Amino acid sequence: MKRTGEVVIEKILALSGLITVLTTAAIIWVLVSESWGFFVTVPLSDFLFDTEWTPLFAQKRYGILPLLSGTFLTTAIAILTAVPLGIIIAVYLSEYANHDLRKALKPALEVLAAVPTVVYGFFALTVVTPFLQTFIPGLGSFNALSAGIVMGIMIIPVISSLSEDALYAVPKSLREASYGMGATKFQTSFKVIVPAASSGIMVSVILGIARAIGETMVVAIAAGQQPNLTLDPREAVETITAYIVQVSLGDVEHGSIEYKTIFAAGITLFVFTFLLNNLSFWLKQKYQEKYE
Amino acid sequence: MNKIRRNRLIDSAFKYVGVACTGFGIIVLAIFLGDILLKGIARIDWDFLTNLPSRRAHRAGILTAWTGTAWILGLTAIIAIPLGVSAGIYLQEYGKKNRLAHIIELNIANLAGVPSIIYGLLGLQIFVRMLDWGGSLLAGAFTLALLILPIIIVATREALKAVPNSLREASFGMGATKWQTIWYQILPAASGGILTGIILALSRAVGETAPLIVIGALAYVPFVAETPMDEFTVLPIQIFNWVSRPQEAFLVNAAAAIIILLAITFVMNGIAVYLRNRWQKKVTW
Repeated sequence: MKRTGEVVIEKILALSGLITVLTTAAIIWVLVSESWGFFVTVPLSDFLFDTEWTPLFAQKRYGILPLLSGTFLTTAIAILTAVPLGIIIAVYLSEYANHDLRKALKPALEVLAAVPTVVYGFFALTVVTPFLQTFIPGLGSFNALSAGIVMGIMIIPVISSLSEDALYAVPKSLREASYGMGATKFQTSFKVIVPAASSGIMVSVILGIARAIGETMVVAIAAGQQPNLTLDPREAVETITAYIVQVSLGDVEHGSIEYKTIFAAGITLFVFTFLLNNLSFWLKQKYQEKYE
Repeated sequence: MNKIRRNRLIDSAFKYVGVACTGFGIIVLAIFLGDILLKGIARIDWDFLTNLPSRRAHRAGILTAWTGTAWILGLTAIIAIPLGVSAGIYLQEYGKKNRLAHIIELNIANLAGVPSIIYGLLGLQIFVRMLDWGGSLLAGAFTLALLILPIIIVATREALKAVPNSLREASFGMGATKWQTIWYQILPAASGGILTGIILALSRAVGETAPLIVIGALAYVPFVAETPMDEFTVLPIQIFNWVSRPQEAFLVNAAAAIIILLAITFVMNGIAVYLRNRWQKKVTW
């Protein structure tokens, strides 16, 4: 027979767990209910295909494309920076570096992840942009390039540590077989180990992308706040997240269409990150099955 | 023969590429910290810490910002720690196989990937509007508590998982109930790991900017918050505000405030790492 006290405690603990489910439900409910009001006024086709986003001006246009292109551009630059560096670091740490070196380098890389994002924004604006301007003509003081590169540096630890775990999980027999065939460490690493760990590395890249899409402060500070339908990294752009910050800083009346735009932007962002996260879960599961 | 030599050359060359890439991140970090120290360290004095914000850069201080950060840190801890640890205990010790636990688990994995600014939209609608708390410390703390909840839950579970089953069985064998076992045996044994996770989660909360901007935390607050219902600002928002201004003097202020913010986050991370190492050394199951 269970004591009543025990049962009560279990129920209380389960309730705390349920709070997290409630949080998810609340997020979805808030995004859907508030953006509903937006989509009643603005036709979905305008939202998806109009090429201008000017809800804060007198002449209002509600095309999400400029915000999407800004988000895409900064994310692409970040990924192009972080993926090669992150994977090489992961291979180096897992296959080449000795135990002591790895023990010293890993915490140092983790520091990169502990720095608040607003600090990276300061860095992009005051150090990286002036540096890039010395050899890239026509680079504005707000630009997608600098924000993207700094965001890439920020997500290096995400990619390197998850990739390293994936490389580490590759069975030793594969390495030994490759060495036995006379392959060098480099050949073994890139022709055997990396392909064998490819789904785990994919997971790290996808999570890196999700992180870059949702990143706010770096782009709000260094990429400018002008919706700009362009793929030129030298220009100022505005991402979905930066737009939400921009509106939040101003005096926007509650319940107005401007107010609702941030929820429409938010739900767009949420859909992207939700899909990417679940793609990574799916890949992770598939890959675990393969090795166990 | 030639091909073999080439392959060996590539192999030893890659060693340096690897060092260079790993070094790149660390060197960039070093440049960056050096730059900030150079720009900001001279600006930090007693007045900077105790002055209210001002439109004139040389008179502006971070009193409201750091007190706001301290408030947010305390309130977020009070809300998030009991909830997160309880949920972690439930998932690890009670709900191993039931469906509710499975749903909660999947859900936590998803929540951990939701961008922080979305939590800001959640807080804006639920705490600021519906509960009518306005842009108060309480609304900010609840928003950040929900944001760091997944981190605390996962850390709690990891710490509980590391406690060997023999401890549980010994306790049950002595006639202890499940909760007595958890409260008197498992939790004390896992406390180091749980504490580490909590501190890391809180240091994340200290650095968050975007969700607090969305719920309406202000950049200019001319008074020190006295109750949880007061409006507030925090260090990251103060930094953002100063970075956004064109005058050089405000950038110096921003660098100085960044030094304070980084000192707080690094100290918290340092304590967490220290606790983790001590805990790992002490426990020899």
